[in-house]
Amino acid sequence: MPKVTYVEFNGTNHVADVPVGTSVMRGAVDNNIPGIDADCGGECACATCHVYVDAAWLPKVGTPAPGSQEASMLSFAALAEPNSRLSCQISMTDELDGLLVRMPEGQH
Amino acid sequence: MIVGAGHAGGSAAAFLRQYGWKGPITLMGAEPVLPYQRPPLSKTWLTGDGDLASLLLRSADFYRTNSIVWRADAEVMAIDRSGRAIALASGERVDYDQLILALGSVVRALPLPGHDLRNIVTLRTVADADRLKTLLSPGVRLAIVGAGYIGLEIAASARSLGADVIVLEREGRVLPRVASEPLSAFFQERHSAAGVRIMLNASLEAFEGDGAIAGIRLRDGTVIACNAALVGIGAAPNDALARSAGLTCLNGIVVNQAARTSDPLIHAVGDCTYRPLPLYQQSARLESVPNALEQAKQAAADLCGRAPPSPEVPWFWSDQFDIRLQIAGLPFDVAELVIRGDPSANSFAIFHLSADGTVQAVEAVNAPAEFMAGRIMVARRRRPLAAQLRDVSCSLKELAG
Repeated sequence: MPKVTYVEFNGTNHVADVPVGTSVMRGAVDNNIPGIDADCGGECACATCHVYVDAAWLPKVGTPAPGSQEASMLSFAALAEPNSRLSCQISMTDELDGLLVRMPEGQH
Repeated sequence: MIVGAGHAGGSAAAFLRQYGWKGPITLMGAEPVLPYQRPPLSKTWLTGDGDLASLLLRSADFYRTNSIVWRADAEVMAIDRSGRAIALASGERVDYDQLILALGSVVRALPLPGHDLRNIVTLRTVADADRLKTLLSPGVRLAIVGAGYIGLEIAASARSLGADVIVLEREGRVLPRVASEPLSAFFQERHSAAGVRIMLNASLEAFEGDGAIAGIRLRDGTVIACNAALVGIGAAPNDALARSAGLTCLNGIVVNQAARTSDPLIHAVGDCTYRPLPLYQQSARLESVPNALEQAKQAAADLCGRAPPSPEVPWFWSDQFDIRLQIAGLPFDVAELVIRGDPSANSFAIFHLSADGTVQAVEAVNAPAEFMAGRIMVARRRRPLAAQLRDVSCSLKELAG
């Protein structure tokens, strides 16, 4: 099963198995990894599953389409960067095995 | 011990482990299902063919890995505060050191003649949703009593499944207690355009039928023919257990900003609570997933000796047809409404300003940037000029900044 490394803001690493087809957000929630709140459960409604995608992985993960719900939400997320994504919108694939994401200081 | 395994109770268990709670955790659920997402029940659960695993808040493995004991079908009858135990319907007593009540809310019944006819349903649990789903075959005539969010979401879902849908609302507009007038007008127009019939100022007298529902009789004698009915007229706090245990209750169990009740060993979270809202210096009972999660964090932080989360901006969302509604804040003391964007273009936001111009809330329709900016404005008590707020060429970033 592909693995994702989640790095908390304080530097703590968590490596989790995330099944193909489930979201990077769901992987964090199922493993009770702190720092990803996911209030809305994956509906792209809340922007509380914000992560920074490691630069090396950004080409494979991609950035949200301009004007999309995700891009609009992120444009007002506290602490957003060019490599910001909402992790509920990243679906796991075999190609993403080893993905590394970092968390912001907070989700609000 | 957590009583109630909905969104609030299930999340409280998870946050307790996240925050370092070392003791045993027991999660007493009234349903036969692990904690799950309720919002999809009126939407994709009705229209799609998702499986139960995808609805769960967290997988079954999660509870095993985190040593959280989940007990299904556990009906709690009483709390013995001096004996620090709860009594189950089976007669069993279970001790606790700390108790979290996450009792949720109960749907309001409509005690009219004929209310016990077949095919009259309410929606709260996944079992309710499955029952409703079996009724929603194409061509069914579904009457929805109550034009609140649940009613309108089900109307949209049922319509997309080919049902013939009529919504009966007692008040003079849809969403009468939970939306501003322009938002009500927008939703009424969109539902009508999609073929949902809406009858306002409807005064119901009886459900009619022989065994199963066949119609709803109004006070003026009109009979609305239907072969299924959904009653969605709101919910009340499920606080009876707390009241009989002598905990202080108003419209729900009274808690403070740390989710503590009047008993130092008992916290309460979610729909069943009446809680302070520091941003507004008011108290209220909120029914929403974000509220359940927020209070679950407050209780878990308090029990683990951590600093409480900073006061949040309450928020809500609803999906109907191709409309994504997001609301930030609460419309207390609103003196002026400012509309940004164009309702006829299906994307706009309604900002609610108090008398001194402070943004109290925003209702955003297919307008995620306005929602996010509005949430920031509410948190920061911003007082943007109404003329600039209305002017879409004025940058939201500057207005929120």
